[in-house]
Amino acid sequence: MLPDMNPADVIGSYREVVLPLYGLPPRRVLLVDREVAYPDGRLIVSVTDLRGVITHCNSAFVEMSGYPQETLIGAEHSILRHPDMPAIAFKGLWDDVQAGKIWHGYVKNLRRDGAFYWVYATVIPNVRAGKVQGYTSVRRKPARLKVAEAARLYAQLLAGEGGK
Amino acid sequence: MSASMNGVTSEKYQLTVSPDFPAKRMSSWFIFNTWLQKALGMPIHLELYPDFDSQRAAISADKVDIIYANPYDAAMLVREKGFVSVARPAGKCDECIVAVAAGSGAQVVEDLKPICRVARTDDPGVNLVGMILLEPASLGHDNTQILTVESYPLVAKALMRGEAEVGFFLAEAFDELSSLVRHQLRPLVHSQISDFSHVLLLGSRLAERREEVTRVLLDMPAEAKGQDVLAELGFAAWERVTQEDTEFMIDLMDTLKA
Ligand SMILES: Cc1cc2nc3c(=O)[nH]c(=O)nc-3n(C[C@H](O)[C@H](O)[C@H](O)COP(=O)(O)O)c2cc1C
Repeated sequence: MLPDMNPADVIGSYREVVLPLYGLPPRRVLLVDREVAYPDGRLIVSVTDLRGVITHCNSAFVEMSGYPQETLIGAEHSILRHPDMPAIAFKGLWDDVQAGKIWHGYVKNLRRDGAFYWVYATVIPNVRAGKVQGYTSVRRKPARLKVAEAARLYAQLLAGEGGK
Repeated sequence: MSASMNGVTSEKYQLTVSPDFPAKRMSSWFIFNTWLQKALGMPIHLELYPDFDSQRAAISADKVDIIYANPYDAAMLVREKGFVSVARPAGKCDECIVAVAAGSGAQVVEDLKPICRVARTDDPGVNLVGMILLEPASLGHDNTQILTVESYPLVAKALMRGEAEVGFFLAEAFDELSSLVRHQLRPLVHSQISDFSHVLLLGSRLAERREEVTRVLLDMPAEAKGQDVLAELGFAAWERVTQEDTEFMIDLMDTLKA
């Protein structure tokens, strides 16, 4: 279960949204209209178990998300979920990786301080001795043109989902 | 390749090194090989291939038993050829530098425009990461022109002569360019990935000696001769690499290749 976001962590004025999560109680998230640029030359890496619980993350992940490593390890990956992302994007992710396939996509992520950052993400199943053990995601710096396209598409999809 | 005498098999094993090592380290690998043969008490022949293609052909033909592999090739060696991992140089990671000529108008990678001419070597890992570092500029295989040259000094030359707008370097190779050359170049992006490194792998004929090989490598700093050999190679110690460490690195590499 993911604790609600804490107003004390948030910088600037924010908007509050209650975010429904799959298989978890809804989470109160606090949104600030500020983008943090993806750092040049870095890869943001995380590994999850089969349910999407984080088992490893690198220092770029810690820095960009704003959460300490101790909070991230053992947390559901939806700790980064931003309400501007349509549910269908993540359904596609899970359908693909559970079928043993690689998934790519542009993702808007929510930071602990309420700001957001865009990434281009790839998720692959980790196969060990013929069995899927978990999933690895590597994010890289996206092209701005692609981010603009994705933002438009996601807004349409969200409207279709009856989103906020 | 193997001669049988009185039922005892005397085999000669082959050691090879990823062709991306700096030219000045060539003799170091001969020194390392001499040391390794003595430490393990077995005959090993060092074969240095001039390029990635010829090395790959030797791997396919199962000629290689010990390899100091770059992270890109490690994927194929472990997943397709059953190599097992032993050790990597402690605290040494493979990073990539995307550089321009010092006088270039580009201040950030997003300033680069298609059709962009890219100078690079045939090093597959560096080229993969280099292309990823160009993605924020919306540059990819369809709007870049690739100029493949034989060495990193030649990548530098192509930039200085204006034959390419950007060049890809293994960071270590960039640092080893002469300062005269380096001053005519400017890094635009320096990767900070930390998870990729070269790794020493054993093929199937030696896989069962993995523990022994690991032990002699880890013990190198404990004796004077070992220290000298490490100094030649340019690092202070080997560090143990578990199979899972290598599998993790390969998963990362696979996400970048996809
Ligand atoms: C390896 C891996 C990495 C993921 N990375 C992210 C991420 O960076 N941001 C995100 O919102 N969801 C990510 N997800 C998806 C989440 O698990 C989750 O499905 C998503 O946040 C939507 O939440 P929900 O499934 O509870 O609706 C990732 C999943 C996996 C397997």
